[in-house]
Amino acid sequence: MNNGYTNRNSAMSRKELWDAIGSVSFAMDELRLFLDTHPDCAEALSLFSEYSNARHELLVRYTQTFGPLDSYTPGTENGWTWNCGPMPWSTEVMD
Amino acid sequence: MWGYEKRLQYPVNIKKPDARAAKVILTQYGGPDGELGASLRYLSQRFAMPNARVAGLLTDIGTEELAHLEIIGAIVAQLTRHLSTDEIIRQGFDAYFVDHTVGIYPASAAGVPFTAAYLQSKGDPITDLIEDMGAEQKARTTYDNILKLVDDPDIIDPIRFLRQREIVHFQRFGERVQSRWNECGAADKKMKRYKSF
Repeated sequence: MNNGYTNRNSAMSRKELWDAIGSVSFAMDELRLFLDTHPDCAEALSLFSEYSNARHELLVRYTQTFGPLDSYTPGTENGWTWNCGPMPWSTEVMD
Repeated sequence: MWGYEKRLQYPVNIKKPDARAAKVILTQYGGPDGELGASLRYLSQRFAMPNARVAGLLTDIGTEELAHLEIIGAIVAQLTRHLSTDEIIRQGFDAYFVDHTVGIYPASAAGVPFTAAYLQSKGDPITDLIEDMGAEQKARTTYDNILKLVDDPDIIDPIRFLRQREIVHFQRFGERVQSRWNECGAADKKMKRYKSF
């Protein structure tokens, strides 16, 4: 898969991973609403599936290295870090 | 049930505090056409939608509005960081400051607290969907007005994103109304009365 969102062969920086998660998630937000009113659109269905796989991989990579993003998959290997670190409205997130 | 992701749907990175801009943008947090009213409107209306596809659309758009509420909160919080007392007074933020300091409170730009009177949940699918289309246009107009009042690119960028989302939501609601009317017309031809949508 080469969708511009993931690159398996190189280590992505925190900022690159963060931006990629934001982009692919927004693409899915847009497609979700589109599919809600166009449920038979094969092209949108295929894109949604592709982005869904890419997003899952990016989230796993981000969480393993930089900590939790999603409330259901925060990871417990390093203890309870879900409510640690900057909140999303803080500009420290990517500084 | 909702999950939470520790990220904004669209990034907000404002470097220059501006209490005057914060005061007008706050209206999209708790004002008459703001994101709190939008999310409550759609998430409340969906319980009376007999059609699962419509209830699902309202759930998805209502959920996105909650993410937009968070973006507006982030914009206002960043615009009101590190303000001096002098700046608070000069930038017309003193009336808000005396009641809320720089906490985020759901109110309009004129200081009117949020009220459920800003929204309707009528229990009739066509009535509610038409209200929703109007609500999206009112929010879009409000973002247009905000864009006339601010000049910092760091503010303009996320506000433009939110304005575009209003247009997309309007489009999706419009498609639902159109398809309901089409089905309604087909049913009429068969001399069948419809009881609900």
